Amino acid sequence: MTSKPIVGVDVGGTFTDLFLFDPAQNAFRTAKVPSNRGDEAVGFMNGLRALGGPAGFEAIVHGTTVGTNALLERKGAKLGVITTAGFRDVLEMRRRDRPNTWGLWGEFHPVAERDMRIEVPERTLANGTIHTRVDIAAVQDAAHELLSAGAEACAIVFINSYANPANERAAAAAVRAIWPNPHVSVSSEILPEIREFERASTTALNAYLQPVVANYLGKLEGALNQAGFGGRFHIVQSNGGIMSTATARGIPARTALSGPAAGVIAAAAIARAAGFENAITCDLGGTSFDVSLVTGGRMELAAQATIDFGLVIRSPMIEITTIGAGGGSIAHVDRGGLLQVGPESAGSRPGPVCYGQGNTRPTLTDANVVLGRINADRPIGGALSRLDVEGAKAAIAQHVGQPLGLDAMAAAEAIVRVANAKMAGAIRLVSIERGHDPQKFVALPFGGGGALHVGALIKEVGLKAALVPRFPGVTSAIGCVIADVRHDQVRTLNLSLDGLDSAALDARMVEEANSARSVVEAAGLPVARTDIRFELDMHYAGQTHTVGVPLPVHVIGGTTGVSEAIIRSAFEAAYQQAFSRLLPGLPIRIVTLRTAAIGIRPDFDLAALAPAADATLDAAARGARQVWFDGAWHAATVWSRLDLPVGALVHGPAILEQPDATVVVDPDLVARVDRFGNLIIERE
Amino acid sequence: MTSLDPVTLAVLKGRLEQIADEMDATLYRSAFNPIIAEARDACHGLYHAETGATLVQGTKGLPIFVGAMSFAVQAVIRRVQNGTPLEPGDTFIFNDPYEGGTHLNDFRLVRPIFRDGQVFCWIASVGHWLDIGGNVPGGYNPRATESHQEGVRIPPVKLIRAGAMQQDILDILNANSRVPNSNWGDLNGQLNALDLGERRLVQLIDEHGEAKLQSAFAALADRAAALMEAEIRTLPEGRYSFEDYLDNDGVVDERLTIALDMTIRDGRMMLDFSRSSAACLGPINISRATSVAACYVALKHAFPDVPANAGVLRPIEFVIPDDTVLGAGPPRPMAGYTETILRLIGVIFGALGKAKPERATAAPFGTINALSLSGQRRDGTRWVMFSFFGGGFGGNPETDGLHHANNPISTATIPPAEILEAAYPVMFTQWALRPDSGGVGQHRGGVGAVYEIEALSPGTTEVALLGERGRYAPFGVTGGGEGALTRFAWQTESGWDTPPMASKVVGVKIQAGQRVRLESPGGGGWGDPSKRPKAAIARDIRLGFVSPEAAARDYGYRE
Repeated sequence: MTSKPIVGVDVGGTFTDLFLFDPAQNAFRTAKVPSNRGDEAVGFMNGLRALGGPAGFEAIVHGTTVGTNALLERKGAKLGVITTAGFRDVLEMRRRDRPNTWGLWGEFHPVAERDMRIEVPERTLANGTIHTRVDIAAVQDAAHELLSAGAEACAIVFINSYANPANERAAAAAVRAIWPNPHVSVSSEILPEIREFERASTTALNAYLQPVVANYLGKLEGALNQAGFGGRFHIVQSNGGIMSTATARGIPARTALSGPAAGVIAAAAIARAAGFENAITCDLGGTSFDVSLVTGGRMELAAQATIDFGLVIRSPMIEITTIGAGGGSIAHVDRGGLLQVGPESAGSRPGPVCYGQGNTRPTLTDANVVLGRINADRPIGGALSRLDVEGAKAAIAQHVGQPLGLDAMAAAEAIVRVANAKMAGAIRLVSIERGHDPQKFVALPFGGGGALHVGALIKEVGLKAALVPRFPGVTSAIGCVIADVRHDQVRTLNLSLDGLDSAALDARMVEEANSARSVVEAAGLPVARTDIRFELDMHYAGQTHTVGVPLPVHVIGGTTGVSEAIIRSAFEAAYQQAFSRLLPGLPIRIVTLRTAAIGIRPDFDLAALAPAADATLDAAARGARQVWFDGAWHAATVWSRLDLPVGALVHGPAILEQPDATVVVDPDLVARVDRFGNLIIERE
Repeated sequence: MTSLDPVTLAVLKGRLEQIADEMDATLYRSAFNPIIAEARDACHGLYHAETGATLVQGTKGLPIFVGAMSFAVQAVIRRVQNGTPLEPGDTFIFNDPYEGGTHLNDFRLVRPIFRDGQVFCWIASVGHWLDIGGNVPGGYNPRATESHQEGVRIPPVKLIRAGAMQQDILDILNANSRVPNSNWGDLNGQLNALDLGERRLVQLIDEHGEAKLQSAFAALADRAAALMEAEIRTLPEGRYSFEDYLDNDGVVDERLTIALDMTIRDGRMMLDFSRSSAACLGPINISRATSVAACYVALKHAFPDVPANAGVLRPIEFVIPDDTVLGAGPPRPMAGYTETILRLIGVIFGALGKAKPERATAAPFGTINALSLSGQRRDGTRWVMFSFFGGGFGGNPETDGLHHANNPISTATIPPAEILEAAYPVMFTQWALRPDSGGVGQHRGGVGAVYEIEALSPGTTEVALLGERGRYAPFGVTGGGEGALTRFAWQTESGWDTPPMASKVVGVKIQAGQRVRLESPGGGGWGDPSKRPKAAIARDIRLGFVSPEAAARDYGYRE
């Protein structure tokens, strides 16, 4: 077992957060350095140096947004596509959708332009029969043509290759023999699943990211080598597991939600250690509020995500529900006289009115400042020395107060209430609307802003409590350190459940399990054990959507023991849970097999984060200040959050301050510090 | 009535919209036929206890139903007023297009929500069922001359009576469809949605009380009306006229006119369709309810910020005479209603563009091109592949039109070719964008698509198309040109054949190895083509959206 430090690095838009865990001392350290947009390696290395490394580190695990940013800003590679005759426009035709339900304006720019998409003679039918053998000479010509047009990466997508990849594999071999770099993505390797647009989009976006991510990782690895780092370097995937940099270079599309996934992993671990199996993570940023669900200690995964209009990545990803309500969201009264907060945002530049950077329309942050909830003399982040309370107040009075007939204070409170209602809606969406009892969930804010609102949210939605981690700002970096190693595979099966050949299915499952397991083992990180999870996508014959059916089977002695009866009862349980009405008598089909190999990492003792044993309530007290709650000023006690001892009880109204977050405890709530240093906020 | 503070109102509005959205999502996920599950041809909402007016509607539902559903609830309310007893636990079912709009495939479920022995409000669900009998599988019979040839017509009857499912009604429904299992699955999905909506709504009422919610309903309608009026006041006062045409009704080969005279005065808008063609023999009539709903869709696209409730229609006056194609009654056939409403939506865009040219949007492609292929598999079972296809959107002040989009009346996604090939004995030989189909302009229309499909069935494959825009192209605005026409053709032993009535045909038979080809229209162009930047034209040529010949002819472009 290792005894050298392991470090998590979360590179965000503004700051790079690092978390170091030293198993020898059972101790940790954190660091926060400015990110360097465009050259993230600089902030990355600065952060490592701030922690005294990287030469002596055992492993570095990284949550990155480089892939996401390249997609959103269309800054990927010059991409060429080789595809089946008749189908070069699949990427651009999408699923025949439009950007907005209402309003017909707007355009779409695919990641490969039309003249960079070349058709070749070949055709496979839906049943896997080869109708036309692939013309290899045409494939070679296409590759040369794309290269001479400047292509840096190539995606190969043939129709029905999920059913029989032979033509596509032959083409891939021919292209790889010619292509001057490893940036060739092949649809049957990336996503052997039915639906050509989703497969084409995932494959093309993957190829589009390959050079960007490879270049970025190469730069980091070069800098790490130079600095004498001899350990392992890994990347967090969108599914919350980590992978080797070799895998990340081949499947960079799996990094799309790397950073947020790491945060949810940590949130799940923190909640579980604190005694809560079910949590809703809340991340309040400048323009949006993101929530994710943790049930039974596990994060929920979605089958695909739309990164931007028409840019779909289909691969298991942490499920994030986003609404347009953040600290920078602008409050206004619409022409129907209704108060709205967001989705328009002042962002971080020019930012809220109180930043004094030129914006004159009030935001949620301005309301929090005016109500005394945010300390105007001690802004988070440290870039500004003081916030302009009077400016914020005047803007609220003018844009919200006057149209609604309210004074500035009442108007500020109204903004917070409407924003809270929107955030509560997002929480309801992932909990109550999916049949979960909110009483069984805690809200877990991470990032800086969520802790301001979390008390109100537990009241509004009826959640059990709020759990504010000891270091909300480094949650994602902690997630990097504790995340499991994971590899997901998918395969379209298209089988009838009635009369299922379970021996053949069993053999298939064992084969998938072995290949997924070998990817996890190749990552080379110490794991306690490797679990294999199987899930089938199933439906009643005739339905197009499927339900995910987790199978209660394991590979033991080279077999899973799967049977028709086991699958049927698992399907009926999953269908009933989703829709309440079973449809007895209708034939049932198995569409897809999903296999996940999860290398479980050794437990990380979160008690390492606990407050010092000699901390006292008195030493943490910072007096009191006036804060507006429920229509009146209240004298709220103020505390230095990190100096509070284990077991401390703080009754609302109170404000708890720490360098990267402000926690608001409403008058009818009480907060206590648990043995890990988390703050648990409950009703009195 | 209690008056509500604006903050509570905003909170309740969010909660109510969430309930309707959640009903939508439940049906999409559990529906059987792809027209609901993939194409989202369904809708849910809450409706006023006495008037049936839309209180809240889901944001993901098929836009056209947003306006049509209140007519369906009104049809049930009329029944009750005429003596049909109503009790808690009742649910009505019907598909009568003359009572509640659209066409026979759209099955409506309407359920009262009782509080203290009184109807508090109604909740309703509508979804497009795959087949309800009639001469043509799927219901799109372009030759129908009366409703009875299109399928079975069910008036509002109780499917659930005080909580008890009426098996005899289910038996009647099952006996009248070619695909009873599919319909049964969809019906269950709709019931799931209603059950869930009822649970959530009752919870909300328990939390806030009846009086507070009733005040919220009233206030939200008032605010919607105020918002719509504010939008209307941004248009210069005056009278703006616009006409567009349908190729024919599928039975008589004569064009039909959809004509609008729009008057803007004192914050009100009058939409007068009196100059439109008389009701027709073929299946492209629509009822008044459908016409009003279509107007709502057009206005919501033009002013996306107005909310989805009945208050929006308060500042609007409709003149839709009963004897026109837009105000038809029984037994006029209506299966092809989509084509007529698309033209109606187009003329509203056209008239608004005249009122305010700087905000004008050119016509979108304007047809659903309902294409059905059917036959028998080797094992003798019957198959019907039925799908709608996409086309280009119009150019607009901000951008070129979007390529290959869905119709403004829907948010439908197209089924993937691989899903269709896995389900039916067909092979797509082309699934591509269509060059030179976008209208010319400073901002070009988006291009349509070419779909070419080869029959693999050992026997005969039957083909039917109910389309439009075969003769009258999507219009451009402020100097922009027209999009390309629909083209449809099928292979015979002697070459390619085309429909005698341009865009509608039934009974075409092709053999294995023969193909059909559908080319959909692009959108109209926006603005003077001579103002299109040279670089944009060069790019269009490089990408193949515009051929060099067309660039020279339409833009005077030379390298």
